[in-house]
Amino acid sequence: MRTVNQRGWLFVLPVLLLVAFNALVPLMTVVNYSVQETFGNNQFFWVGLRWFEEILQSERFHAALGRQMLFTVTILIIEIPLGVAIALAMPRRGFWVPVCLVLMSLPLLIPWNVVGAMWNIFTLPDIGLLGYTLNNVLGIDYNMTQDPFAAWITVIVMDVWHWTSLVVLLSYAGLISIPEAYYQAAKIDGASNWSVFRHIQLPKMKRVLTIAVLLRFMDSFNIYTEPFVLTGGGPGNSTTLLSIDLVKVALGQFDLGPAAAMSLIYFAITLAVSWLFYTLMTRDDR
Amino acid sequence: MARITLDNLKHSYSANPVSMDDYALKEIDLDWTDGGAYALLGPSGCGKSTLLNIISGLLNPTSGRVLFDGEDVTALPPDKRNIAQVFQFPVIYDTMTVYDNLAFPLRNRGVDRKQIDNRVHEIATMLELTDSLSTRASHLTPDNKQKISMGRGLVRNDVNVIMFDEPLTVIDPELKWKLRSKLKELHQSIASTMIYVTHDQTEALTFADQVVVMQEGEIVQIGTPIELFERPLHTFVGHFIGSPGMNILPVEMVDGSVRFLDHPVELEGPVKDSKGSLEIGIRPEYVRIGTKGIPGVIRKVADIGRRTVIEACVNDILVNAITEEVPPETGQEVHLEFEPSQTRLYTDSWIATEVGAQ
Repeated sequence: MRTVNQRGWLFVLPVLLLVAFNALVPLMTVVNYSVQETFGNNQFFWVGLRWFEEILQSERFHAALGRQMLFTVTILIIEIPLGVAIALAMPRRGFWVPVCLVLMSLPLLIPWNVVGAMWNIFTLPDIGLLGYTLNNVLGIDYNMTQDPFAAWITVIVMDVWHWTSLVVLLSYAGLISIPEAYYQAAKIDGASNWSVFRHIQLPKMKRVLTIAVLLRFMDSFNIYTEPFVLTGGGPGNSTTLLSIDLVKVALGQFDLGPAAAMSLIYFAITLAVSWLFYTLMTRDDR
Repeated sequence: MARITLDNLKHSYSANPVSMDDYALKEIDLDWTDGGAYALLGPSGCGKSTLLNIISGLLNPTSGRVLFDGEDVTALPPDKRNIAQVFQFPVIYDTMTVYDNLAFPLRNRGVDRKQIDNRVHEIATMLELTDSLSTRASHLTPDNKQKISMGRGLVRNDVNVIMFDEPLTVIDPELKWKLRSKLKELHQSIASTMIYVTHDQTEALTFADQVVVMQEGEIVQIGTPIELFERPLHTFVGHFIGSPGMNILPVEMVDGSVRFLDHPVELEGPVKDSKGSLEIGIRPEYVRIGTKGIPGVIRKVADIGRRTVIEACVNDILVNAITEEVPPETGQEVHLEFEPSQTRLYTDSWIATEVGAQ
């Protein structure tokens, strides 16, 4: 007979409390708001799923979600291949390794709102280095506070600048863990550079790339600070991504119910897509 | 299949080698005939893997030439040399099936489908991998993975030489035996030149017709397993091969006769050169324990199955003996006798006796 010691549960208690207070309780508060209408003086009325129905049917939400998806897909398409390419081009040993690693880490060390502010100033048409050069030296009409397309390009370039390093560092870690013998064997087998990439490097990088894609998806899907500081969601609503819209609803209009419902839908989408990515990318392992 | 000649080969890993110590390979001249099974044996860091990588073309030697069938291949890259190499850790292409792994070197060389198919099945039968041809290679056990990396070499019929770089390191002991005999069998059936690098004397001696013993970037002796065991040319070989290795004992030359701690020792034959530091070498197998000879005290007795390894002390010098008879006890005072026909003299570590007509 196996003795069961129920006191073992005590060991789980601290983490349970921690999770309860930093995740479950706040989440349940949001759930609580999402099914009620709020008036002043802390009066709450039960409204059922009304906010959810409203949000799911609202064109404003659809538009923000569409922009969010476009943004995330675009940066993933750019950052993942670019990150892998840079990692492949980086030296594997020697003097330049630490130099490259430090250069690559720099963008990641800068606080997010500073990134937004930097790019805001950088792109100002009158005093910003990029804005001034584009307008006055190269003669390209560029003003991201007026032109939605320019705003989009800027937001995407900023994100690529800020986050490609993460993909590079993860890919590089995967690459340098490949034993030299694999390359030697491939040389002897007469494999082309493409074959080496396809059959050795890519499979060995798969695990770290899964993590890179997941992190980049989640972070970019939930992105708020940098585009908020850079464009404030404008011009108009053109760069109002989901999180920016959510903050407008919650804190601008103080519509707690709809904002809570929106948060939950937002959370559900992030969770579902992450799960989908993870399942697809690890399917072959089993 | 080819004859391999190494001509005055030197290699240094530093860009500007100054002294001889900067060289990982000091000066290698070798001639290996076509179809032989050779082993490079030596302790870690002796330069054997460097030598192997130079033959395969993964490394360019600092100076000297590598010739296949008299043709200079020193400047050719590995894939142009038609060689195969099996590494210490099984190198397989994880995402491919066993079949695709075996077909990979042929596909890269544009061999036609039908021929690839025939060749892959032939090799798979030889290596007993037929049942797992459609399995993903990453799902196999280490010994089967190692078989695949061998198979990728064997599958090409234009291979000049197959090289093994300590291929059994990660294989479980009981499978080592199986794989080793498989190798021997393969060598007999396909008769291509094979070079086997190892620091394990058992592997080298069982695999090879001829063993090259290396130390600190130099070849110390080339010979058949018997030659290396019976008549090591250098004390290093005597010490490195055998378990325990040869007894190397300091001696003095007094009036033309050799004395070990004042006890006269008979040698196998006439002495060629006796200027330098003198030692005698005698295998533990040829040290007899009896009632006459050099007096000593038994310090340790180790039963290794059918035989017993005995450590005896003569004054402060340790002498190993191996006996199949009932061993003496620790602390017992005994006499040691050296079999004269197996007692060699070494001057400055190199052999200095000739096989005598005693």
